[in-house]
Amino acid sequence: MKSTVPTLIATIVGVVLIVAFFVPATQSWSETAVDWFNILAGVAFILGGGNLIKVQLETISSRRPGWGYALVILVSFAIMLTVGLLKIGVPPAEQYPNHPWSGEYDAPASAFGWIFENVYNPLTSTMFALLAFYVASAAFRAFRAKNIEAMLLLGTAFIVLLGNTAIARLTDGIPDSLSFLRLDQVVANTMSYITTGAFRAITIGIAIGVAATALRVLLGIDRPYLGRT
Amino acid sequence: MLAFLEKLDRRWVFLLMGLAVAIPILFPLPFEYKPSALARSVFDEIDRLPDGSRVLFSFDYDPATSGELSPMARAMLYHCGKKKHKLYVMALFGPGKTLGSEAIQEILLKYAGDDYTYGEDYVELGYQTGNEGVIKVAVTDLPQMFPTDVRGTPLSKIPVLEGVENFQAMDLLVAVSAGDPGSKQWIQYFISAYPKTRMVTGTTGVQSVSLYPYIPNQLAGMLGAIKGAAEYETIVNAKYPGPDGKPVPELTEAQRRMGPQLTAHLLMVSLIVVGNVVYLMGRRKAHQSGGGR
Amino acid sequence: MREIRIPPSQAIVAGALAFALAALAVAAPPPPTNVVAEDNPWDDGSALRVTWTSDGTDVAAWRIRRTLGEEERRQQRERHQIEAAAQAYATALAAAKAAGQAPEDATQAATAAAQAAATKAGGDTLDPFMFVGIAGASDRSFVVEGLDGESSYVVSVEPRGADGGYGEAAISAEAQPAQQLFRGDRLWFGIMLFGVIAMILGCVVAARNGVKMRIRRIAGLDAIDEAVGRATEMGRPVLFIPGIQDMDNVQTVAGVTILGRVAKTAAEYDATIEVPTARSLVMTACQDVVQSAYYEAGRADAYNPDTIRYITDEQFGFAAYAAGRMVREKPATCIYMGQFYAESLLLSENGNAVGAIQIAGTGETSQLPFFVAACDYTLIGEEFFAASAYLSREPLQMGSLMGQDMGKAMVMLLVVIGVICTTAGALGSGQAQAIADFLANNVLKS
Repeated sequence: MKSTVPTLIATIVGVVLIVAFFVPATQSWSETAVDWFNILAGVAFILGGGNLIKVQLETISSRRPGWGYALVILVSFAIMLTVGLLKIGVPPAEQYPNHPWSGEYDAPASAFGWIFENVYNPLTSTMFALLAFYVASAAFRAFRAKNIEAMLLLGTAFIVLLGNTAIARLTDGIPDSLSFLRLDQVVANTMSYITTGAFRAITIGIAIGVAATALRVLLGIDRPYLGRT
Repeated sequence: MLAFLEKLDRRWVFLLMGLAVAIPILFPLPFEYKPSALARSVFDEIDRLPDGSRVLFSFDYDPATSGELSPMARAMLYHCGKKKHKLYVMALFGPGKTLGSEAIQEILLKYAGDDYTYGEDYVELGYQTGNEGVIKVAVTDLPQMFPTDVRGTPLSKIPVLEGVENFQAMDLLVAVSAGDPGSKQWIQYFISAYPKTRMVTGTTGVQSVSLYPYIPNQLAGMLGAIKGAAEYETIVNAKYPGPDGKPVPELTEAQRRMGPQLTAHLLMVSLIVVGNVVYLMGRRKAHQSGGGR
Repeated sequence: MREIRIPPSQAIVAGALAFALAALAVAAPPPPTNVVAEDNPWDDGSALRVTWTSDGTDVAAWRIRRTLGEEERRQQRERHQIEAAAQAYATALAAAKAAGQAPEDATQAATAAAQAAATKAGGDTLDPFMFVGIAGASDRSFVVEGLDGESSYVVSVEPRGADGGYGEAAISAEAQPAQQLFRGDRLWFGIMLFGVIAMILGCVVAARNGVKMRIRRIAGLDAIDEAVGRATEMGRPVLFIPGIQDMDNVQTVAGVTILGRVAKTAAEYDATIEVPTARSLVMTACQDVVQSAYYEAGRADAYNPDTIRYITDEQFGFAAYAAGRMVREKPATCIYMGQFYAESLLLSENGNAVGAIQIAGTGETSQLPFFVAACDYTLIGEEFFAASAYLSREPLQMGSLMGQDMGKAMVMLLVVIGVICTTAGALGSGQAQAIADFLANNVLKS
């Protein structure tokens, strides 16, 4: 019983989603199923938030290595939660000028908006920008001409890297009859034909893999949601 | 020297990359960009629609990728503004809502403010949780997913939404996308099922590779990374220059950012070459020492 | 400068000609005939199909308009009344203030004026038609979408001349869209989907009946035991990241399934497994899966739920935590299985820097190059989805894998047929071109 009901729910919802795609009369059922998932995922945040607080508090109280970071997590969490829930500094909405809490919690003039703009924005941009450094070190370490395939990969990388910069303009002098040799054209053709062909093949394999995985879940062969896999 | 390079601390690589990016930011490198066919097709798709067509504009990115995506989003928004298209602005990423509002204030209302009144010519639908579920529902029932706009007004009371029951009423979808949910989900759950609405996208360099297979059937055009944005800025500035007849200052941002990209790519190529020289020399050395044994 | 003189007779002829041309230029194109609106077949009841006939003289395009549905009419009326009321309110308020009335009296007067204006506007005649779209000059049909199945509609077809002016419109009789049982435009998609499902089911049944299935070696999966064993030897943890998406993502489902196998190996080898997650639901699913694995391995006492923790939904916040954790804890093995984006390289480069054995698997094609560059083993696309079957070797799982391969063979066959027909079509074979067109316009467009 403990495992039958969840399996049944998974199977029924899965079948409904497939059927709703083809049968107009059942279209609203799939919308309802999506709404249910969103509600569950929203409520599940309480579990996640609780877990986060519990684990970080334990780290701090037992003074484990790196407990200072746990403290940063908790303080940041508390600040964002308070500022967002209490709508600190939120100006009233245009339609309700006499109601101080009527504005959006993340309005630019609010404390939440200020933190978003001046703390969150630079932090996430910095994390993303780190990729430039990691790409360089990974390229230096991993791109080795060990065999024919690796050499082909290297050659393609050079062409695409250079073709995506202003250097590609150096080949503009190549006559129109041989325009396919211009660097930007070589890049465009590499991306449009060679890369796209390879990606299509991988994508088709993935699509069928997704269908098979979904079917395994629907049939109860894989049941990751039950702890039995 | 070989020993140093073989065991090179990656922090040296980081330092070089830092310099390669920082120097052209401090001393800009001016270049002109020749528009590619893909950038041209994005422009044509927005331009060929009759003035006042319905355009769904989705800001599916966050501050992390805004450096790469904001210039193209702003250029496309400016272009839509010049065409007086009705704009339905939304986001599949939470922070995208704020980024979209900023772009509207700083570009649309600044350069096409006379033609745009909130509620009559454009509406901000904002962000809803649910990832691709948002698309799946709003494709058939918009008010169920977005009961109100960002100002709390019910959709039924907003004139620009008259006759718009769902996304199928849109003439064009412009999705500026950093990942999932984004362009791929728009294609899977909206454009593939309702191909009457055309779609163009702007995306990061990394993501663009996986979107090529959808061109030209599902995707009419694509701007890939900062280069795509620079090309698009060139076309838009040529046809719709600023009030003084010069390029719009905000629409030169991508072209400016191409300088650091050039030096960073050159460094990458150099690093790969050096890495391979070190590898080959090391292999020869190992071969020679092995032969002497 | 030489002056050009035109004789009077020629001037008269030229004038008459110019007049005739001008008359021609402004002559409105004739209206279409036989305008018929009827239900668009095999759809969800939200569209009408309008057809018309015309000899096409002087028509540059067709403007399609339709009447409003019941709900739309109500909304239109409501908006009209609100606009009228708002305008009357503003005018009356300004007039009352100018006349020196007290603010309360001015507001009262303005409110009364607004109410009166709204009532009056309720009786106004409003435009019954709204714009739907433009059809090309050669088109003789148009599908009007986004309709309400409860309302009836009249569709208007208006010719547009070369000068941009519109000719007389012709309207259809009233028609109501109807919902059919099945979406006909998705027929081929359905056939292919159920074809793949049938193959997978067939192979599962065959496997259940004892048909032996073979599977090729996948180095990345063979390395899992060795990688977990290394963690035990070094006394360091195994870090498993099931992607950064929620449980509604198939890649997360596949990742969590693989986690079960890895956790069982970890329990048997007495290695610690750490699972940071970016979604709350994924955390609970992972806790259940790891707990079950420990039970199966007979090590229920060693299970520690605190090693499976929720960090944040925020992509780079999660990446920062995981990277920091790697640098501090120096895991011996890092396994990434699920949906990853830009954080893939941030994680795997840090894993590489601390000397961990790294195994990755994802269906996110754009991140595959990064994993390939930074990890020791990478499961590419379908290998990742085959992992649970490969690791379990259960007949049912293997059967589904076989079905998956047969589905792929079906797609390959279609691709080959398409390529041959398109090539033959380009070389002049009409029949081959017809097949290629059928595949492109019907089978693939569904």
